[in-house]
Amino acid sequence: MDELQVQRKREVETRQESTMPARVFMPVTDIFETDQALTLTLELPGVAKDRVEVRVENDVLTIEGRIDFAPYEALRPVYTEYNIGNYTRTFQLSSKIEQEGISAALKDGVMTLILPKAEKAKPRKITVN
Amino acid sequence: MVTSFSSPFDAIFALQRALDARRESDWFGSGTAGIGTFPPINIFQQGDDFVAIVELPGVDKVDLQIEAKESTIRICGRKAIDYEASASVHRRERTSGSFDRTFSVPIQIDPEAVRAEHRDGVLTLTIPRAQSQKPRSIKIS
Repeated sequence: MDELQVQRKREVETRQESTMPARVFMPVTDIFETDQALTLTLELPGVAKDRVEVRVENDVLTIEGRIDFAPYEALRPVYTEYNIGNYTRTFQLSSKIEQEGISAALKDGVMTLILPKAEKAKPRKITVN
Repeated sequence: MVTSFSSPFDAIFALQRALDARRESDWFGSGTAGIGTFPPINIFQQGDDFVAIVELPGVDKVDLQIEAKESTIRICGRKAIDYEASASVHRRERTSGSFDRTFSVPIQIDPEAVRAEHRDGVLTLTIPRAQSQKPRSIKIS
């Protein structure tokens, strides 16, 4: 296995809400495809299950994760290497995705979204007569 | 340093600015070789003690090892990403591999009392100052 390198957090460039001056980050994401589904895995460190929102609107999948800042209130930073903030990322869904069947799970700060393919998009074997 | 979290709307911004302000500090001096390596570490002061917060998304508790000695903390382990062999890759941004990082704090620590909590991909280490290092108030006779 390779030795891990630090990944700089990418900020979201076009922010929709400007009511808060705080920075919003884009979670790093892997996208894999199998015959049955697309799998999205997003890294959302520090986001608890009840502070994450996943929704589909006009064929756009939006993932929003909010950090709980309360534990930081009593802490005084003396040395820092990364910043923290909320996360958001959107994905355009193709018509091949069965939107009703999307499922999400969160473990150790990693969200796994399973986007099942619509029946017509699944590979079919054609028998030769 | 003034860090006020009185308004919920300013809380995030104030914290982010405070974190940025400490980014270029030479607090570690030249003593730590691990600067800039994985995983990134933020260190806070809480009274007499220190708190280290480390982002380790996707690292299972069983793959994580923490050692404490005198004034040094070592965090090592591996981050594994498993996917089906038949899957085809569309986008790969996450990284996986092994890591080993050691850092020192400018106090003698009590290794027995170091507490570690790993939740939602964030490791929080509470590093208490050794009892022998705590200031003692001296009574005037």
